[in-house]
Amino acid sequence: MKYIDEYRNSETAKFLAERIQKATSKSWNIMEVCGGQTHTILKYSIDELLPKEINLIHGPGCPVCVTPLEMIDKAIAIASRKDVIFASFGDMLRVPGSEIDLLTVKANGGDVRMVYSPLDAVKIAKQNPDKKVIFFAVGFETTAPANAMSVIEAKRLNLKNYSILCSHVLVPPAIEALLSSQNSLIQGFLAAGHVCTVMGYEEYIPLSEKYKVPIVVTGFEPIDILQGVYQCAKQLEEKKYEVKNQYSRAVRREGNLSAKKIIFEVFEVTDRKWRGIGNIPKSGYKVKAKYSMFDSEKIYDVGDIEVNESPVCIAGEILQGIKKPTECSAFGKECTPEHPLGAPMVSTEGACAAYFHYKKFDTAISEK
Amino acid sequence: MCLAVPGKIEIIYDGDEQLRMAKVNFGGVKKDISLAWVPEAQVGDYVLAHVGFALNKIDEAEAQETLRILREMGELEELNSQNISDE
Ligand code: SF4
Repeated sequence: MKYIDEYRNSETAKFLAERIQKATSKSWNIMEVCGGQTHTILKYSIDELLPKEINLIHGPGCPVCVTPLEMIDKAIAIASRKDVIFASFGDMLRVPGSEIDLLTVKANGGDVRMVYSPLDAVKIAKQNPDKKVIFFAVGFETTAPANAMSVIEAKRLNLKNYSILCSHVLVPPAIEALLSSQNSLIQGFLAAGHVCTVMGYEEYIPLSEKYKVPIVVTGFEPIDILQGVYQCAKQLEEKKYEVKNQYSRAVRREGNLSAKKIIFEVFEVTDRKWRGIGNIPKSGYKVKAKYSMFDSEKIYDVGDIEVNESPVCIAGEILQGIKKPTECSAFGKECTPEHPLGAPMVSTEGACAAYFHYKKFDTAISEK
Repeated sequence: MCLAVPGKIEIIYDGDEQLRMAKVNFGGVKKDISLAWVPEAQVGDYVLAHVGFALNKIDEAEAQETLRILREMGELEELNSQNISDE
């Protein structure tokens, strides 16, 4: 398949791993920000291919994982109402709230539907004028223009029964929060290629300068990741810190201007709480006041929701790269993808689920 | 969930949402994808699609360039090892 197979060639991968080995004289901690990249790294055993000097830290870039528990509980409260159809991307349905998940709401008779695109949710609203349709608008910058577009479409169609429950998060403020934390071990970043496809990479230049870290915009195939690590490690060895674009086949410096225009028409920047990390200033989008009739939080007052995270879950430390999933006492025992205790075990892009799927046997061996 | 997948545009048509739409082939699986943000995309082009929208057109020249750099690294490597064995 074009633009896929050539980036999965094992000979090229081995060659790149050797080059990385030759280029590194000491240990470096490099964080891949995006859960999609974590998935690729575990699936193709890139961590094992790399020299031991390169320690990959798995970042918080899985929107499913960082959506705060309160927000999941809000979604559950709204989805449980008799007069609504609650639409969501599939991976949000199994995220455990304080007590149940959205799939349980569905099993109990709630009208919860999985959609592929937010425009499908708009269609559902058009076809069901007697119901209120809520779309769970989660995601990073990659998904923001599509979610914003659904609001613009609903307005154009003059729909009075469509709104979005918005919990958008942004990558650069999270990188800054990680770098400014005292615990930070991170010396270089692989930035998420798809986020940059939309936003470009100009925002990363001041970050790279301020914290003196190399940032390489990186794609999602094994060769992309190895090339990203190579460009990052080379800079670290040469004491350079620049923003480089490994994913130039899809990412331009300024991003996609039409998509950005749609985002800023509908959304504005707001503080946002990240599950496992806490509040990060200016790290999310909310619906602008002029579109408040499409903002579920303005329409449905679900009140203050009290939440309790599972006490054994160390998702926070995992999302910040302080610990690896296998260091969690519940990993693979009480906590599995069938019965997740925390969000990183739910999504296939969550670090715990990626380790569970691809590293299970290692843990079994090391336990013997 | 941030994954975007490359696919080839087979047909371009006007969607009922007044959006420019395309049938995009992802290695055999065909989907309807909005081209609202990639007005320059034409039949035969590859786009990177995510939740029903094309995020960008894949730049063939840039893709070739990345692979060329990789190949060149390989050739340099060979040259270097030849030099060493020549010595
Ligand atoms: S393995 Fe489960 S309990 Fe442990 S950190 Fe991951 S999600 Fe939380």
